[in-house]
Formats: sequence, C-alpha cells, structure tokens
Amino acid sequence: MSSQDIPEEKHLPSEQGDAHHGGVAVADDPFADPGLPVHKPRIQDIDERAAKRSERTVAMLFTLSMLATIGFIAAYVTIPVDKYVYVFPIGKVSGLNFALGLTLGTALFCIGAGAVHWARTLMSDVEVADERHAIAAPPEVKAKVLQDFADGANESAIGRRPLIRNTMLGALAMLPLSALVIMRDLGPLPEDKLRKTVWAKGKLLINQNTMEPLRPEDVVVGSLTFAMPEGLEETQHDFQNQIAKAALMIVRLQPQDIKDKRELEWSHDGIVAFSKICTHVGCPISLYEQQTHHVLCPCHQSTFDLSDGARVIFGPAGHALPQLRIGVNDEGFLEAHGDFEEPVGPAFWERG
Amino acid sequence: MSTATTTDSQRKAPAGERVADWADGRLGIYSLAKSNMRKIFPDHWSFMLGEICLYSFIIIILTGVYLTLFFHPSMNEVVYHGPYVPMQGVPMSEAFASTLDISFDVRGGLLIRQIHHWSALIFVAAMVVHMMRVFFTGAFRKPREVNWIFGFLLLVLGMFTGFTGYSLPDDLLSGTGVRFMEGAILSVPIVGTYLSFFLFGGEFPGGDFVARFYSIHILLLPGIMMGLLVAHLILVFYHKHTQYAGPGKTNNNVVGMPLLPVYMAKAGGFFFLVFGVIAAIAALASINPIWALGPYRPDHVSTGAQPDWYMGMPEGLIRAMPGWEINLWGHTLVLGVFIPLLLFPLVLGAIAVWPFIESWVTGDKREHHLLDRPRNVPTRTAFGVAWIAEYIVLLIGGGNDMFAQYFHLSINNITWFVRIGFFVVPVLAFIATKRICLGLQRRDHDKVLHGRETGIIKRLPHGEFVEVHEPLPQAKLHTLTSHEQYQPIELGPTVDENGVERKPKAMEKLRAKLSKGFYAENNQIPKPTVEEYKEIQSGHGHH
Repeated sequence: MSSQDIPEEKHLPSEQGDAHHGGVAVADDPFADPGLPVHKPRIQDIDERAAKRSERTVAMLFTLSMLATIGFIAAYVTIPVDKYVYVFPIGKVSGLNFALGLTLGTALFCIGAGAVHWARTLMSDVEVADERHAIAAPPEVKAKVLQDFADGANESAIGRRPLIRNTMLGALAMLPLSALVIMRDLGPLPEDKLRKTVWAKGKLLINQNTMEPLRPEDVVVGSLTFAMPEGLEETQHDFQNQIAKAALMIVRLQPQDIKDKRELEWSHDGIVAFSKICTHVGCPISLYEQQTHHVLCPCHQSTFDLSDGARVIFGPAGHALPQLRIGVNDEGFLEAHGDFEEPVGPAFWERG
Repeated sequence: MSTATTTDSQRKAPAGERVADWADGRLGIYSLAKSNMRKIFPDHWSFMLGEICLYSFIIIILTGVYLTLFFHPSMNEVVYHGPYVPMQGVPMSEAFASTLDISFDVRGGLLIRQIHHWSALIFVAAMVVHMMRVFFTGAFRKPREVNWIFGFLLLVLGMFTGFTGYSLPDDLLSGTGVRFMEGAILSVPIVGTYLSFFLFGGEFPGGDFVARFYSIHILLLPGIMMGLLVAHLILVFYHKHTQYAGPGKTNNNVVGMPLLPVYMAKAGGFFFLVFGVIAAIAALASINPIWALGPYRPDHVSTGAQPDWYMGMPEGLIRAMPGWEINLWGHTLVLGVFIPLLLFPLVLGAIAVWPFIESWVTGDKREHHLLDRPRNVPTRTAFGVAWIAEYIVLLIGGGNDMFAQYFHLSINNITWFVRIGFFVVPVLAFIATKRICLGLQRRDHDKVLHGRETGIIKRLPHGEFVEVHEPLPQAKLHTLTSHEQYQPIELGPTVDENGVERKPKAMEKLRAKLSKGFYAENNQIPKPTVEEYKEIQSGHGHH
C-alpha cells in the first residue's frame, strides 16, 4: 500500500474496502463487509451417488467425443466430395461438409462440455481469496533503479560527450530512409495513366453480351447496353486494368428528352454513352430505371440522371459520369469520336 | 541438491517429477508455477467474453495455416477446368481458382474455409462485446489503461486482418470492396494517387494486390496481433483479474477459484465449446460462397454488395456522406470520400481515449480492482451507450440498400436518417441512458433503506393496506453501498492569500466543468448513509 499514491485531493472518496478491512463486521455499521459467505455444499459433495452420476456423465461426454471423431474419419473416407444432400430446413448442402462439420463440432463440444461439467460438479467450488500487491514498486526499489540508471548513464558519458550523442541520434534517424527509398519500386508513378483509357477516335463499340459491334438499331429505347472498345480482348494481360476504365454503358433516349445541350451534341440519334465506372469510389453502375432515365450504383447508391448530363441527383458521388462522344461510321456501326475528355472513375487530387 | 536426489536410490522420483526437475534446472519452472499454478481467478459469465476472443483467434490461426497449404496467392490468369460446372471455362485468377479447389476438390477444405471465416466474424464481434464489458464496468482504470490500449489495437488490427483476408479469393464481391478501398485511398490529398499506385503496383486492379494482401494477412498483421495478444494476457496475469463488489471482496484481494484445476478445466473446456459451436455453424451455414459470386471483373458487380459486418461502420460513413468535391487551382479535394476516411478512426477511437479523459477529470491515481456497476457511473455508461448508438446508426447506413429492400423503405429516407442520426441519435442515447442510470441508483437507494418489496400486502388494523418490505441481508446491503462516489472538483479560490486575482487556466475550468457534469448533485444519487439507514429502521420497527 505504501507505494501507492496517496490521494491528496479532497474530492476523492475513501479507499474502497479499507474502512472495514478483512470482512470484520462492525456492529454499528449495517453496510460493513460481512466477509466471504459460508460455502454451501453441492449435492455431489454430500451424496456419493450424485457424484458417481456426475462422473458417469463426464465419461459419457468424453466417449461421445471419441465416437464423433471416428464418425469424422468415416465420413471423410466414405462420402464423395461432390455429393449433395437435402437437409431440412437448410436445403441442399454438400454432404461431406455437413457430416464433417457436425462430427467435428460434436467431438470438440463434448470434450468442452465434459471438462466444464467435471469442474462444476466434482472439483472443489470453495472460493478462496488471494492478496493483491501494488503494481507500482516501493520507493526504495524506485530509488535504487533511478540510481542504477544514473550510474549507467554517467558511465556511458552520453551526457558529457554531446558529439557522440548527436551523431548517434542523427545516424539512427537517417537509417529508416533506406527502408523508405526501397519502397519506390512498389509501383510506377501515376503520370497521366488515370486520365487515359483505350477509347480512341474510330474505335467501334462492342456489345459485351454478343461481342459484336453495335449498330444504332441494336439499341432500343429503354434498354441498357454494356459495351467495350474494339480490340480489347479478355485474354490480354492488362484486360482488367483497361476494362476498369473503359467500361461503357449505352442507353437510348428520345432526343427531345435530353436536357443537357452537350449530351445531345455527343449523342447519336438519342443514343448516349457514359462511363460505367461510378465517380464515387469506382463501382460499376448497373441499375437503370427506364422511366426516369436514372442509373443507380448498387454499391453506395449514387444516382445519376442520364437525361441531364449524368449529373448526380442523390448519394455520395461528387460529380457527373463522364460521357463518351459517339457517332456512326460509314458501315453503320457505332464508333467513338475520341477518348473521354475527363478522367473516369473516382476523383483524385490531380484530377482538377 | 541434485546429487542428493540422484544418489538416493531408495526413493527415486516419479518420471513426471524428473521431467519437471530437468525443466526447472533450465527454465526455472518451479518458481514460475509457485505463483501461478494456484492463481485465483474470479468467476463471472462476462469474463468469458475475452476468452471467446482468444479462442476464436487460435481457431483462425489453426485453420488459416491449413488454408495456406492449398491457396495460391497469385493473380495469374487461368481458365477453370475443375469440378464446379458453372465456372468451367471461365477465365479467373489463380487465387480464385485455388479457392474453388479448396471448396470443391479438397475434402474438408470447405469446412475449414467456413470455420476460418465464421471464426473471423466471431472474433471481431467478441472483441467489441468484450471491450464493452471492460468499458461499462470500468475495468480499464488504473493499472489497466495500457492493456485497454492493447485490446483496442487488437480490435483495429483484427478489422484490417479480416478485410485483407476476405479480399484474397479475388471474387466479385471482395474485389468490389478492394475497389472501394482504392477509391478511398485516391481521395487522400496530395499523396493519394501515389499511395494507390504503390499499393496496387500501378493501376487498379493490377496483378499484385492478392500477393501483397496475402503477406499482410498471414504474416504482418497476425504477427503484430500475436505479440499484442501475449502482452495482453501477461498483463491480465500480472494485474490479476478484476472482480465485482460483494461480501468478502475488496480492492486488495481477488476471490475465486484456483487455476489448477477449476479454471484450467473451465477455460480449457470452453475452448472446445467455442470451437465445437463454430464447427457446427460452419457445417450448417454457408459463408462467403465465392462460387456463386464469380471471379472479380472491374466492370461487373452484384446488387446488395455488403462487406463483412465489421466493415459496415466505415461503409455507413461512406454511404451517408454527401458528395462534396472542391476543385481549385487544378486540384480536387474529394471531401465526400476523404471525410469518411478521417471519421472512421475518429469514431472508433472515441471509445479508446475515454479512460484517459475520465482519469484526468477524476484525478484519481489509485489502483482499482473492484468493478463498477454501470448504473453507478452514469456519465461513463451514457457515453458508452452513445458510442454504441453511433455505431448502430452507421451500420444501418452501411446496409441502407438491405434495409430499404427488406422493410420496403425509401433508400433516400434511410440515408437522410443516417445523415441526421449521426449527430442526433448519440445525444438522445446519452440523455436517456443517464436518466435510466439515475433511476436505477434511486431504486438501489430505496432498496437499501426500505428493504426489498416482498409482494405481500398487509392490512393494518385501521384498514390501510401496505406492502411488506423485507430488510436486505447485510451481504446485499454491503454490495449495494460499497461503490465509491466522487465529489465534483472545485476550481479553488480565484484570489490567492495576498489578495491577488488568479485567473484559472482554460483546461482547469474545463476539468471542473466536466467534473461537475460527471459527479454533481443531478448526475449521481448520493448513496444511503448508515445514519439514514438506522433512523429509518428504528422508526419503522420490525415488520
């Protein structure tokens, strides 16, 4: 106790448990600690037959665990990995997974239940008290440690020779720079990679379902078509990176429904092409409401109005979806008139 | 000494003792066991919550090691030709293909995968509940503040270990989550784009992140967590466990049953119970069926995309935040994403700093080993409930599409509820909780002074009906009155002994104000005194 800080401030209450120490009931204090209650024996403590029953229960649980382990091995050997069974009420499940999981679960659970039942019924349940000791060291120990430290520091002469101290600190402070520098090759610099996609003038719009070039008559009013640029193959090594920026959604509106002037200019006969990548954090947008011309990102519910320059009308996105300028080539296929004029996908510091 | 035992052929020590002697000569195990083998642990159901965390962590490590034997952390493109028919011929990463193999080819692989994933969800959930137990009972007070911080770090690291883990199969859902993370990193001013390029080895998604997340998920984060966990447990042993107030229990003792055999059997058995239940859950309930989701494609998405539950809180922040963007001097400040990114650690950390605020306000430098009943510390309890309320509001925000779908509500209305509720709900929760705590304190006060309501109605000679109250036994009286009550600190005289005016510092004033808010008359009910008790008891006589 001596090592603990002595409360000096008056607002602190008196130490708990100290006033009536050790459970000595003070006659005039009805709130005094009466001390540990008398131990009440369990039925197993006084009736040997009850104790025997508990013993048998514990042994039965352990035996059950052994049987379950045998069941686990049997299931592993006998049930084919591709066998599916109907289990009420969860439905059709992998038979092997079901059997292995339940036998393993039983084998484990029974060991636990046996051990806990053993502890609760047969092991002593007499509560005993252990003394606590203050965590903080007594003052003489503290004094000794401080003296040792002072001696050590003194012998090292670190205080008297600042040149050593300062150069050492400098060396240690600089060392992590190496660790920082070798991180440089984790990736290339961004440069203008986020500003460019594979779309370019004259590239055909390929329907992602049919993998055929789109004609204006393929796009009917009210439908939502996903397209990617001609020449991008699923098998090429950077396909994922390219499609992450180039994915396109195409809808057809009645030209008179298009409210935004530039959108109308960049469209072809009511067909408009917008980036499919949400400007919030980059999910692909996939939900289209044909009556209102709204598209909704299923991840964070940003909603864009495709009849009004794809501006944000609800949700956490910060700016409109970039539009791709399209037209029709000589053979009657839809084609891009260039790349997107602004970066697609989520905003970033250099976007501007 | 050792020569004495070896030469004494008359009484050869049993084999176990000789092994222990061998170990003692090298490791000093007898001295270690002397203080620990019969160490006393108090018994209470709420002390098992931490055990669930420990055991689910062990289960995660065991099953995780098994999974590494079959998982290929590679984003190389392969075409699937395995037994799962719907995916045959589909191009996918090796990571996804090997996860399909674990699920359909390796016998028991699906079970281990599902145990691993279920344990992870339970691990983080158990940590939150365990933290709440420690918070509401004041177990974080001196000398346990450092252990509180260790525990909090384990929670945060657990969340990120979980996130990097469920991103590994490279499936459509987790890839969407990684994309969200990339978008969040891009929003960081000045360095965001560079951070993203360095993390992903170039543009998203690139071909590196699975391998990088893999080493973070199986080595870096669990390694740190293992260290923190061991330190956490050593401190629990060193400090000895806290206990609830009660007869015979003081701040200077610890009452319970010894480690050997009772606690060892109960705690050891509990490990098997937890493992058994999780194995049964993994047998009965499918989790993260990546085969139904398909491999990740940046241009594909499924509706109802939900992260694992512990990422629902940041998900709520990002969904509720209005899409603010500031474009100036050729740069974009993406506040709509960056503010949620900042709020995530702030909201989470609000609970972590509370112990330090509280100890500053009380100025209490003593050790506390007796736990508080939440009602007796209304301000702390109200703060904790407010924090939980905030957390739940954000979880609702994170699942706004699910709530809209299942309860046929407008998603816009739910989002607006979260936007307003973020500020209002915690305040309401705080006020309501404080009132409830004070009410419960009053009830304890009445119970101590007037006894327990027996439910027996007695008719007095003059016709009046009264309910018979039975005085509480001394043990109960002690339990209900043994808690401490702080008094609010006073600012002290603003004029010193020489008559010179002393201006109290702003922090001093704040501290006094907070102390008043915590402990002034309206903020706690003075506990009954012995005098009050005696006066009432003598007045009433015996019933």
